[in-house]
Amino acid sequence: MTSTQRTTIVATACLVVSMTACVLLLRHLDQIRPQATLEDVLYITSPKMVERASLGFDGLAACLYWTRTVQYFGHRHYNREKTYNELAPLLEITTALDPKMFPAYQFGASFLAPAPPNGAGEPDRAIRLMQFGIEHNPDNWQLYYDLGFVYYTELKDYKKAGEVFARGSVVPGAHPFMKLLAAQMAEHAGDFTTARLLWSATFESSNETNIKQNAIAHLRAIQVDEDITNLQAAVTRFGERTGRLPASISELVSAEHLPGVPADPDGNPYVLTPEGRVLVANPDDFPFITKGMPPGYKPSALPKFHTQS
Amino acid sequence: MNARIVHIASNTFREAVRDRVLYNLIAFALLLSGAAIFVGQISIDIERLVVVNLGLTAVSLFGVVIAIFIGIGLVSKEIEKRTLYTVLSRPVRRWEFIIGKFFGLAGTLVVNTFFMAIGVFGALLYVAHKFAAPDALILVALYFIVLEFLIICSLALLFSSFSSPLLSAVFAFSLFVIGSFADDLRGFAALTHGFTRWVATGAAYLVPNFSALNVISAVAHQQSLGSQLILQNTIYALFYTAMALSGAILIFERRNLK
Repeated sequence: MTSTQRTTIVATACLVVSMTACVLLLRHLDQIRPQATLEDVLYITSPKMVERASLGFDGLAACLYWTRTVQYFGHRHYNREKTYNELAPLLEITTALDPKMFPAYQFGASFLAPAPPNGAGEPDRAIRLMQFGIEHNPDNWQLYYDLGFVYYTELKDYKKAGEVFARGSVVPGAHPFMKLLAAQMAEHAGDFTTARLLWSATFESSNETNIKQNAIAHLRAIQVDEDITNLQAAVTRFGERTGRLPASISELVSAEHLPGVPADPDGNPYVLTPEGRVLVANPDDFPFITKGMPPGYKPSALPKFHTQS
Repeated sequence: MNARIVHIASNTFREAVRDRVLYNLIAFALLLSGAAIFVGQISIDIERLVVVNLGLTAVSLFGVVIAIFIGIGLVSKEIEKRTLYTVLSRPVRRWEFIIGKFFGLAGTLVVNTFFMAIGVFGALLYVAHKFAAPDALILVALYFIVLEFLIICSLALLFSSFSSPLLSAVFAFSLFVIGSFADDLRGFAALTHGFTRWVATGAAYLVPNFSALNVISAVAHQQSLGSQLILQNTIYALFYTAMALSGAILIFERRNLK
């Protein structure tokens, strides 16, 4: 073996050993150090400053900030955190850097507006974000749709929602359902039909898998809420007629002449408690339901999404 | 172009290739393929945006770094190695030397950009699976980046003609940063009054306007670019390059090389 070969072997061995040791040590250090809190830190909060610091490459900076936003929200949502302090500033920086980054508006509003644990519970910031988006992209009808959606679902401000849908409906190329939604808001805003129409519109107008899955989850929840409302009304009618509660769901079915034992969208029959409450069999399968949950129910895991309606 | 300039340019190109300048293409390829593969997993709905933004930003930044760090040594290295005396002892004029060096470096950057462009389009095809008509706008952005390189090459040569490599690098990089804020500079100048306004406006027009040449965001969003913008940016870049090269020639012609 020549001297060069010996040196090569020794140097290669040293390199591999040192590299392995570094990785192992870092893993050990990560375990003994307190958890890093980098994701909670926003060193520069001013969108203008970030824009300047990007030296004109603001498009790339916006992509990086958007990725950071997704990671921030995803991480906290996964851990079912209740606070999202940096979410709104991250979204504001992203959209200031690139006012045409539509995913940041569309997803950003759905991250910001819903109450925890599904979102940050900041519908006002979501509205400001969408208004900024419309100001810079007035010819994008989907931004009007998303803004109206926030007014409808989170603030239950049907008048405002109707106004925004109406404004969006006159944008060239707007989907015909915008006019329909504007009309629905005026008369039947609180109906299940309107809610179903909204989420169906979301499902149809998006090509994004995550948005479609979210729309399906909401459509399934609307179905459950409507079923529970109808069944609970049937239980009340039964009580008024007989002076007692139905002993089972089968007794309710025959007394009310229902076509069969009512079941949720997964085919599991609804449950009737001795106290006369109609419950859904597996509430974890319907993350957005507002009715039919057992008393004191707390969601045990992240929302389950379904890919087929 | 006369034969002497062509010879100096081709030698400068060969020297840059021999200095392993094109190795940066490996880093670029790794960066872009990594982004194309991983960004879909860590972000939402911006795969195409990232490939275009990251690809064009990398083309621009890699090129600027190459232009500055090679450009600043083009004259001083020849003096240091004493090869300049051999060249100038032949029937080569000083201005021919400067122009030849400029074309050699610009040629290196054009070749580098050509290979990077192939990488950008390859990554785009990977994430989008097909090309669309607006993707042709990326070629315009790449063209503007090349125009930016011409300006930076000429500035690096200008500084290299009278200053040390370190100072030349500092000057050239500072001008690149200032030039990126050229629009803001003009805005600041408009806020001042009297003599200050004259000086500030003069300074704002003297620094290169790189912000007009940066259309990466617009191209990433498939926004069309007017033909007037392309034409006027081309003329601006050529005039600015000519201005900086003229300065470099004027200084180098009078420089005492003893």
